[in-house]
Amino acid sequence: MKYLDEFRDPVVAKKILKEIHSVTIQPWVIMEICGGQTHSIIRNGIDQVLPKDIELVHGPGCPVCVTPLEIIDRAIEIAGRSDVIFTSFGDMLRVPGSHKDLFMVRSEGGDVRTVFSPLESLKIARENPDKEVVFFAVGFETTAPGNAMAVAQAAKEGLTNFSELVSHVLVPPAMEALLSSAANRVQGYLAAGHVCTVMGWDEYDPIAKKYKVPIVITGFEPMDVLDGILHTVKQLEAGTHNVENRYARIVEQGGNQPAQSLIKDVFEIANRKWRGIGEIPASGFKIREKYAAFDAELKFSVGDIHTEEPEACISGVILQGLKKPHDCPAFGKECTPQNPLGATMVSSEGACAAYYKYQRILNE
Amino acid sequence: MDFPEALSCPVPILSHDTVQLAHGAGGKLSNEMIDKIFLPRFMNSTLEKMEDQAVLENPGGRIAFSTDTFVVDPIFFPGGDIGDLAINGTVNDIAMSGAIPKYLSVGFILEEGLPFETLHRIVLSMEKAAKLAGVQIVTGDTKVVNRGSCDKLFINTSGFGFVPNGVNISASNLEVGDKILLSGTLADHGMAVMTTREGLSFQSTVESDTAGLNHLVQDMLAVSTNIHALRDPTRGGLATSLNEFSSSSQVGIQLYGDAIPVKENVRGACEILGIDPLYVANEGKLVAIVPPEVADEMLNAMRANEHGKSATIIGEVTDKHPGIVAMQTGLGANRIVDMPVGEQLPRIC
Repeated sequence: MKYLDEFRDPVVAKKILKEIHSVTIQPWVIMEICGGQTHSIIRNGIDQVLPKDIELVHGPGCPVCVTPLEIIDRAIEIAGRSDVIFTSFGDMLRVPGSHKDLFMVRSEGGDVRTVFSPLESLKIARENPDKEVVFFAVGFETTAPGNAMAVAQAAKEGLTNFSELVSHVLVPPAMEALLSSAANRVQGYLAAGHVCTVMGWDEYDPIAKKYKVPIVITGFEPMDVLDGILHTVKQLEAGTHNVENRYARIVEQGGNQPAQSLIKDVFEIANRKWRGIGEIPASGFKIREKYAAFDAELKFSVGDIHTEEPEACISGVILQGLKKPHDCPAFGKECTPQNPLGATMVSSEGACAAYYKYQRILNE
Repeated sequence: MDFPEALSCPVPILSHDTVQLAHGAGGKLSNEMIDKIFLPRFMNSTLEKMEDQAVLENPGGRIAFSTDTFVVDPIFFPGGDIGDLAINGTVNDIAMSGAIPKYLSVGFILEEGLPFETLHRIVLSMEKAAKLAGVQIVTGDTKVVNRGSCDKLFINTSGFGFVPNGVNISASNLEVGDKILLSGTLADHGMAVMTTREGLSFQSTVESDTAGLNHLVQDMLAVSTNIHALRDPTRGGLATSLNEFSSSSQVGIQLYGDAIPVKENVRGACEILGIDPLYVANEGKLVAIVPPEVADEMLNAMRANEHGKSATIIGEVTDKHPGIVAMQTGLGANRIVDMPVGEQLPRIC
């Protein structure tokens, strides 16, 4: 397939791999931010073929994984109402709340539907004027433009039965939070290519300078990931800490301007809680006052929600790169994709699910 | 989409345009539907007797018996419909034992209000699929349910066939060193249904591979009856079939990553939806586990059949990692190909 196969060519990939081996002198800890990169690394076995001195730790860039339990419980509460059609991207449906997931809401009679785009939810709202249609707007900067567009479009059309339950988070504040933690081990970042496609990379320069870490914007195919690692290692060995764009076929410095203005119009920066990590100041989006009519949190008062995280789950430390899925006593035992204790076991982008799916026993 | 069969065979004239509850009540309307829609298409000397059961000759030996129920949505999709799927599905389940499928039963659950034109079109494609497979529909049943109690129509087919002497095919027969043969490209059916359902269109339409595989199986058995295991990887895809094999036989399966064929447009659809073709349903493909000494000749026989043209060897059975299916990656690493959990969910980003 054009524009894909070129970046999966094993011959070229092996060349880059060889170069990584030859430039690596000291041990380094590198974090890939995005769950899509984690998935690609584990699926292609990149971590198995890297020099022993390079440790990859898996970052918090999995939207399913970091959406806080309170929001999941709230979604479950709203989705169970008889006047609501609850719409969501597919992989949110299996995320466990305190007591159940959205699939269970559906089996109990709730109208829960999978959509591929928030604009599909708008269509459902138009076709069902007697129902409240709610879209579960989760994700990073990548999904924010589409989710913003749905709200703007609903306002333009005067749709009164559409709203979004927003749990949007932002990458740069999380990167800073991890670097400023006392337990931090991360020495270099592979930045998330798709997030940078929307936002550009100006936000990353101050982080690279302040914390003296190289930040390399990296794509998702095996060659992209290897190339990102190579350039991070080169900087680490040379003692430089610059922002470097290695996903230039898609990412531009200024990002996607129309998408950014759409986001700015609909959302404003807010404090957000991250599942397993806690509250990070100014790390997410909420719907602006002028679009308050489309904010599901205001539309449906669901009251106080008491959340309960399973005690055995260590997804928080995994999301911070402090531990690997293998280090969790529940991994592959009480906690499996069939019966996930935490969100990192749910999405295919979650580190635990990726390990379980591709590496469970071969590594033992 | 055009339906040449439907054009050459116009919808019979009935007293109603759509299915009524009374069509399932066993009275005159039921008989009218059976006489005009079903009998002319499925007719054979057993069905003709219109008894409550089919009485069939027993040639002795072992029989293979199977049942399956079809609820696919949409009922028409590129490359097929619920009708040929219902025939081919049961034919293939029987054929995967090495048996020659002979007789089928068909049970319809029809939703009140279903247009007879739709039903007729489906019955025509069932007739065609049954003829191609060489099976007879010898008994049947129809129920009509209230609008909303089912989605347009559901079909159950059961059937049986006769297992030739000397054939012993089972998921627990795998031996270390066996080769794994796949009859063609993966994921065509599942992605045809999914892209139709989601309204995604591509430069070239993704078409279902629905087909009866019993003749292909007989061509393979003509080379050697020494086939260890056979399966048509439907729901859950190739990954599920291979995991079932490796756990039943307690051996490992090693796949060669580059060898698994997927059509270009199907790969594109999978990439867009974030879905792995190894887990997607096929309706006209089989995977065979055979001893290494017959693998090449078997492969040639498969390639000579229209349903095995792009057959290929995709891996082998190993004594390493028993119970586990592993795949080599382009980088020379090895990863697990696990059983799927529930339905495949398109990713957020």
